[in-house]
Amino acid sequence: MPSILPIYLQNVQAPACNATDSPAVSPSGRTGRGQGEPMARAAAQDEGFDARPWVLLGPALLALLLLMVVPMAIIFVFTFYEYVDIAVDRPAFQFENWREFVEDRFYHYAIWQTLRIAAITTAVCALLGYVPAYFIANTTYRHKWLLMLLLILPFWVSFIIRQLSWVHVLGSQGIVNALLLWLGVIEQPLRLLYNEATVVMGLVHFLLPFMILNIYVSLEGIDRNLVSAARTLGCTGWQAFREVTLPLSLPGLAAGSLLCFVLAAGSYVTPLILGGPDDFLFGNLIFDTIMVELNWPMGATLSVVLLLLLGSLVAIYGRFMGLNRLYKSLN
Amino acid sequence: MRTWTLVRLFSLLVYLFMFTPIAIVVVLSFNDAQFGGFPIQGFSLRWFETLANNEPVVRAFRTSLLLGVLAAVIATTLGILASLALMRYDLPAKNFFNTLLISPVLVPETVLAVGLLLFMRWLEQPRSFALLLAGHVLIALPFVVLVVQARLVGIRKVYEDAARSLGANPVQAFFQITFPLLMPAVFAGLLFAFTISFDNITATLFWRPAGVETVPTQIFGMLRHSISPEINALGTVMIVITVGLPLLAGGLARAFVRGRT
Repeated sequence: MPSILPIYLQNVQAPACNATDSPAVSPSGRTGRGQGEPMARAAAQDEGFDARPWVLLGPALLALLLLMVVPMAIIFVFTFYEYVDIAVDRPAFQFENWREFVEDRFYHYAIWQTLRIAAITTAVCALLGYVPAYFIANTTYRHKWLLMLLLILPFWVSFIIRQLSWVHVLGSQGIVNALLLWLGVIEQPLRLLYNEATVVMGLVHFLLPFMILNIYVSLEGIDRNLVSAARTLGCTGWQAFREVTLPLSLPGLAAGSLLCFVLAAGSYVTPLILGGPDDFLFGNLIFDTIMVELNWPMGATLSVVLLLLLGSLVAIYGRFMGLNRLYKSLN
Repeated sequence: MRTWTLVRLFSLLVYLFMFTPIAIVVVLSFNDAQFGGFPIQGFSLRWFETLANNEPVVRAFRTSLLLGVLAAVIATTLGILASLALMRYDLPAKNFFNTLLISPVLVPETVLAVGLLLFMRWLEQPRSFALLLAGHVLIALPFVVLVVQARLVGIRKVYEDAARSLGANPVQAFFQITFPLLMPAVFAGLLFAFTISFDNITATLFWRPAGVETVPTQIFGMLRHSISPEINALGTVMIVITVGLPLLAGGLARAFVRGRT
């Protein structure tokens, strides 16, 4: 009897077999592949010949194939195309675009600048983000959910509104200048906006919740007894934090840092709103090359560079930490 | 104890850093002044009125709503079907498919945008609303998959099996058992996808056909001149929609679940 039970259950899960179990249901049941004998069908199912998951998965896979996989291949092909004139290119197999990228110092500088700004942004996010994450994880405040909600809320506020809101803080008519003028500290509005610092600040404002959430999740997963144990064994509070809590929260810090870095290095809208003419990121080069210069082969080449640059970071991270944590943190 | 006070103070400052600029936008949208910044010269709703009569803004709003709703419905449908396949069946290379479904978040959005754009060029198709919609579906899909899968883990297969053993066919079992249990995930997926689409600007600037504006690209265009009070009003409207809607839905869903059980 025990050996039959699993088989019975298996048959219940397999819809094709239902026809034999309860004929009343079969007319509305899908019989797409039900041609042979019921027994043969059951046997086929045991061997894993089930088409239904593929039917369910099919539309999403098709969408990804058409909207992402094939386009990525096309980008790659375009890097070998020949740029003739504005908005005109010729199918070819030559390395002129790659040569230009390798030889032109401007592109190297853009990569350096992008990595630098992304690194600064990530560091600031980590410094600013750790403490609130620690606070939320350890607070005994009754309405902890409110603190969590406030953390998620910025994700829902429009990105562009969040970015332009800084113009109201630091712009010539912003609150800081208005206050200083009113107090008589300054005669003329200070020029606080449109530099690298404000670009970093805009990016931090956009990315900080990602960092806090990631650190919070890993802090929340730490067994409280470990800290107590460390304290019992003679650690000071700071030592317990440094020896126990901090190392155990590093995975969250790593996941948050990766997200911040990749998202910062991939953005181009923030420098357009909060940066000056020199504060561009690699994404701005891509946007200008594709949308302004209409030089698609070069734009494709730059896109592949960005993809390889950030993709290798994700790959290295995935190799050591696994990508599952990252997915969880996006939820 | 003193350290903890510092931690609290620092956290408060970080929260202030997050919310003060947003609050300022909302406050300034009610400012009765000619310009978008300070000083505050009194309370007024006139900028909302101006906004409602601003033809391009209203058009952008309609575009964004339509785009958001369609993208949400399509992405959620695709996401739920795929999640069911991955969670309920033993597929070969399951991890590969899972990673593939979520991979669009790992590719920089700029690169996704360029890819789809060049694909259209390769097919010699002009940019269209359909391209924009397809792109938004692509960007929203991974998030829907993540939300739905998280929810699906909690719905044990036993319920379905029970229905099946009582004579329901797979379609009946799905619509009468799994789907109602899945409803919160469906709502969450729809909302999430809508918000992502409604808010997107990075890829939208690449994909939008000439002359078509969504609300974020419209705001972006208006920014070129200066920050007008209208932008603040539009920002407030957007905040009410993208924050108020999920909060309302969350509250309703909770009430709905409570009413049922």
